Amino acid sequence: MSEPAGEGKLFSFPDVDGLRRLHREKARNMVSKLMSAREAIDRFVHDGDYLGVGGFGTNRIPTALLHEVVRQRKKKLGFAGHTSTHDFQILVGGDCLDRVDCAYVVGLEARGLSANARRAFESGRIEATEWSNAALAWRYKAAAMGLPFLPARVMLGTDTYRYSAAKTIACPFTGETLLALPALAPDVALIHVHRCDEFGNAQIDGITVADLDLARAAKRVILSTEYLVPNDQIRERPHCTAIPYFLVDGVVVQRYGGYPGNMPYEYFSDEEHLKEWLKVEQDPGELEAFLQKYLYGLPDFQSYLELKGGEERMLQLRAEELLENRREGV
Amino acid sequence: MAEYTQMEMMICAAARQLEDGRTVVVGTGAPCAAAMLAQRLWAPNLMILFEAGGIGPLLPTMPISVGDSRTFHRAILAGSMNEIMEMCQRGLVDYTFLGAGQIDMHGNINSTMVGQDYRKPKVRFPGSGGANDLASLCWRTIVMTPQDTRRFVPKVDFVTTPGYLAGKGAREAAGLPPGTGPYKVITDLGIIGYPQESCRMEVESLHAGVTADTVRERTGFPMLFKEPLAETPPPTGEELRVLREEVDPYRYVIGR
Repeated sequence: MSEPAGEGKLFSFPDVDGLRRLHREKARNMVSKLMSAREAIDRFVHDGDYLGVGGFGTNRIPTALLHEVVRQRKKKLGFAGHTSTHDFQILVGGDCLDRVDCAYVVGLEARGLSANARRAFESGRIEATEWSNAALAWRYKAAAMGLPFLPARVMLGTDTYRYSAAKTIACPFTGETLLALPALAPDVALIHVHRCDEFGNAQIDGITVADLDLARAAKRVILSTEYLVPNDQIRERPHCTAIPYFLVDGVVVQRYGGYPGNMPYEYFSDEEHLKEWLKVEQDPGELEAFLQKYLYGLPDFQSYLELKGGEERMLQLRAEELLENRREGV
Repeated sequence: MAEYTQMEMMICAAARQLEDGRTVVVGTGAPCAAAMLAQRLWAPNLMILFEAGGIGPLLPTMPISVGDSRTFHRAILAGSMNEIMEMCQRGLVDYTFLGAGQIDMHGNINSTMVGQDYRKPKVRFPGSGGANDLASLCWRTIVMTPQDTRRFVPKVDFVTTPGYLAGKGAREAAGLPPGTGPYKVITDLGIIGYPQESCRMEVESLHAGVTADTVRERTGFPMLFKEPLAETPPPTGEELRVLREEVDPYRYVIGR
């Protein structure tokens, strides 16, 4: 049998009526939301906020926005660690987080573990509550549905459940034990998309991971986009709209805004640079110098791209993404 | 007989578990290599799924991340994490392949932490990711891992992902879907199963040149052995050729 409740801390209470009131007040006007990353983060991310980040760790992540969060030295943020890898590494590098809902943190999948992120947990500096990937995705979905919780059949019987803030309930129809996952409505969602118009109507190519629900669950949404397109282009293919404008608060145009991650159909991940991050993290002093060079010492993300080889490097990564440089016969 | 490495043996043994017309959620690395090998040799209709949303890709190369572009290259559907996890919850997914930091005799897996205090772990690992979900919901869970006493422990420090929990009937009592659970563990030493009456590990076959004593030495709990104990057929020339030339030409996995 499972205990009636996990003993982990619930960082975000599922106040669905509060969310309804907030959404009632949200502007519906189709006005331009174009702004710089600096302005977007300054206006919409506040110390202490709870962040949700789109994509999947090194895939379609809003790197430009994350760098700006670090550059503006935002502190005491909460975070949904839903296969968070390089995104997490950036925020922990900036010491921005003090509480994390963990499903997948501190690792970069097959590339290895982030020494700096490990130190943050092992020192107790970050408070953790445990979940699984599906649990966090369904917690967004509950909030997106406007419900306080969703039942599920995962995590039961394990320590992942014990150190979570989930509960168990009996199904009112079958009597089965079910997990109850509290809705998660982040204060801010940062999501990188392929293209959107100035109002925030956005299209995503490829897998959407949990981003459709994240955008609908969050109280505020900042998009970064590879391409800015006219509203007409959105209206020609309305079935391709992943995120409609009325959910969106800020639109930041940033070509290669997911670098050094992989942006489907655009560019592959820069594995060399990701390796470099992992390596410098072994030594806190080296990491500090690295962050100074690539982040704090730069005015914006564009300068980072230039420093990493600019257009030439990006075209190499594009060729890799499009499988143009595969060896003969492979 | 062809020369082969322990990793190649593991991948071939794992691939042979997958029949044509089944569905399998895999991670990157060895599990993905096993699924690709099976697909190329005898299971053309094996549907490969990735937890971030890729369904039925024609994998051009080995993915680096379970959410990178390769995981939905020329796929049936580029979906979402919910799409995959809900498919698993509906009972549509036959197999999942997982790795293991620590594993106990009932197949419970730890990938969260080393130490006794959750709030101050000695070593913090990534956590469940999708592993808990997949092992809760897929019909059969197959673990691929090297075998040593650091991994095969009497008690895992943290049950990240459910095996048979405390033993027979415990999964159902906790509320997990009936009929699911650990199926095989494929190691560098042999193939391990879970007899239904005990729901604990029992070696079914040893790879060529491996003795039962070696298995005992490299297991931190009393291991059961099936009688008679079989020998795992070594990789065939065809398996090795496809694995080396088509599945992993850059030796990302088999070069480890």
